[in-house]
Amino acid sequence: MIPELGHFALILALVLSLVQAIVPLVGARRNSMALMAVGRPAAQGQFFFIVFSYVCLTWAFVTSDFSVQLAASNSHSATPIMYKITGVWGNHEGSLLLWAMSLSLWTVAVTVFSRHLPDAFLARVLGVLGMVSAGFISFTLVTSNPFERLLPAVADGRDLNPLLQDPGMIIHPPLLYMGYVGFSVAFAFAIAALMSGRLDAAWARWSRPWTTVAWVFLTAGIAVGSGWAYYELGWGGWWFWDPVENASFMPWLLGTALIHSLAVTEKRGAFRSWTVLLAIGAFSLSLLGTFLVRSGVITSVHAFATDPKRGLYILALLVIVIGFSLLLYALRAPRLAGGGSFSFVSRETSLLGNNVLLTVASASVLLGTLYPLFLDALNLGKISVGPPYFEAVFVPLMTPVVVLMMFGPFLRWKDDDLVAAARKVAPAFIASALIGFAVAWAVDHVTWRTVLGLFLAAWVVLASIQLLVGRLKERAGASAGSRLRSITASWWGMWLAHLGVGVFIIGVTLVGSLDQNLDVKMKEGQRAELAGYTFLFRGAVDADGPNYDAARGIIELSRDGRVLDTLTPEKRLYRAQGMPMTEASLDIGVFRDVYVSLGEQLPDGAWIVSLYYKPFISWIWMGCVLMGLGGLCAAADRRYRRLAAREAAAGAGQRVAASA
Amino acid sequence: MKARSKRLMLVGGGVALLVAAVALVLSAFQQNLVFFHTPTEIAEGKAPTGKTFRVGGMVEEGSIAREPDGVTVRFAITDTAKVIPVTYKGTLPDLFKEGKGAVVQGKLENGVFRATEVLAKHDENYMPPEAAHAVEQAQKAATTLSQ
Repeated sequence: MIPELGHFALILALVLSLVQAIVPLVGARRNSMALMAVGRPAAQGQFFFIVFSYVCLTWAFVTSDFSVQLAASNSHSATPIMYKITGVWGNHEGSLLLWAMSLSLWTVAVTVFSRHLPDAFLARVLGVLGMVSAGFISFTLVTSNPFERLLPAVADGRDLNPLLQDPGMIIHPPLLYMGYVGFSVAFAFAIAALMSGRLDAAWARWSRPWTTVAWVFLTAGIAVGSGWAYYELGWGGWWFWDPVENASFMPWLLGTALIHSLAVTEKRGAFRSWTVLLAIGAFSLSLLGTFLVRSGVITSVHAFATDPKRGLYILALLVIVIGFSLLLYALRAPRLAGGGSFSFVSRETSLLGNNVLLTVASASVLLGTLYPLFLDALNLGKISVGPPYFEAVFVPLMTPVVVLMMFGPFLRWKDDDLVAAARKVAPAFIASALIGFAVAWAVDHVTWRTVLGLFLAAWVVLASIQLLVGRLKERAGASAGSRLRSITASWWGMWLAHLGVGVFIIGVTLVGSLDQNLDVKMKEGQRAELAGYTFLFRGAVDADGPNYDAARGIIELSRDGRVLDTLTPEKRLYRAQGMPMTEASLDIGVFRDVYVSLGEQLPDGAWIVSLYYKPFISWIWMGCVLMGLGGLCAAADRRYRRLAAREAAAGAGQRVAASA
Repeated sequence: MKARSKRLMLVGGGVALLVAAVALVLSAFQQNLVFFHTPTEIAEGKAPTGKTFRVGGMVEEGSIAREPDGVTVRFAITDTAKVIPVTYKGTLPDLFKEGKGAVVQGKLENGVFRATEVLAKHDENYMPPEAAHAVEQAQKAATTLSQ
């Protein structure tokens, strides 16, 4: 009964999404307040029914109702409760429902936080979001009904893929989806602005906080996914350039470009058509990512579906969205006048460079991800594009991005003097070049990559300090407290996010240059040495869990005769699927991680043990945390709310005037 | 005139940057493609020597053997028609088993494939598509021959 209620609620949500897609748009066209006003309740009602439907599906998982096909294939009565709940999105159908639910959540957020928007504009935004929602809910209902019954019911389920039975599963998918789907708001704002022909600074200002928050979610989702892969996959890598990772990285790159170009559009009115294109592009890449991950064209832990009908449906959806938006763009963009002019040496130019490079980087990931799929689809042979390609591309593409990031904040809008700017930047530049060499030499790893990485990282840190000091000096005479308070949240956001890039580079450079690894056969009582650490293998014991059998290795980690930690890597065999799993064990530190995983047991009782020394790896995620915090600060800037209040007042005044 | 030449300079600079970036991407792409070959193609001498490529197929039954150091593994990959010996130093994926599909990446040296990476499937029901493809090709060839 409950699954049927869920199914029914989802159908009602579809109906409401269609209402939301059609009625407000007609209202905006006819200038009918009554029709436009339908958008808000329709969106909120849709949200209610989707959540209801989602809760029904979760209920089937939690109560182990194995007459529901999805629960039977992805859950088990012995699965821990947390993984019963998260198992809902550990499969194709459930993750689509999660997608639809996040879209609905974003839409409701728009109805709540954007009351100040002009009615026609809000109606168009809701209409566009309704169309996207209708596309996804109908996709779910037609090709991937999560409430499909399994008759007769099975006695017990097949359990969730053991790789997914991890705390990472609890937060990674929802964060990532909120990020992916969040770009739909920026997209809807751009399309609504194109429809109304009103692409101005106000539009950019409305879009900015939404885009930034979506970007924060995506950043967090990617970072959590990377951290999860690091400790779960058992060999200490943190990024694999796997097509699924690329699918989330492409919208991130374009979204980063979008955030910066929106800044130019808001402040200077320039880059307008380009900003619209980026908003369309970022959302299209999010859809493409969903297509890649969910259609089964790529094979990975994330690819659940292998039904070609599903792939075709998303592909059709993708073509409609991209085709329709580009058509609208082609019709409307020529009418846009160029914004404020600027000279070759200006902040605009540095942001333009940032945009070009980030877009090319995104395209290069697209090429590396799609080209093998195309060749394969056309039967032209099988190839793969691995990390060497992406590394060969990213170092030279991102280096100038970081350099521009150092110049940009020191440059004035519109026009600046190159010599004066260079003079400002020079001391930090020279100091960090020296630091780069010195540190590389000190750690005895003088390769051009290490020196470059350390140089850039040092430059980011030094320039950030210089920027902050400069900013504080601006109001000489004022008290320290009032100087600090005079800095806006969005400035702090920029500062933190850029500093985060520096921290991230430190992590990537040092772990890439200095990590060490040893695969070794160990018997009870044997020792191994790596990077100054001693690993004493104290044998393996049985450590069975609720739904798996496991052997747990006991490894004592010491340095200079002092015991630091006891590491307990496990080799698990999940009973329901008969699937083996490696569970690594880490000693985490600020300056290094020591990472141990168990290989297989040899006939003579010894184990293959993999030992890793990973210097500064946590700095990668600390950098991401800083970027995310920066995004939050920027989105929380008071001026969005202040202006919102002012515009609401002005809007109300106009309405009164119109009705009078 | 001055504003115009400024604008031209800006556009020219942007285009130059774009061209350089695209050229970089394409040349890196060309240099780093990893091709895929089936064991039959390797036996026929179609695979390059000294260049990294991928081989897919089944891990032959009874072929896994370990060197005394415990971490160097020898096994053989077959597409049911031809067999290619492989050596690999390191930890094998959890789902690497005899008689199951696997894909290895590395270089061919004196008839032995030195793998730097071993990929196996992600769950019990799933076979790496490259491995499935190799077996399919070999079986297709076998049926054409017998006809």
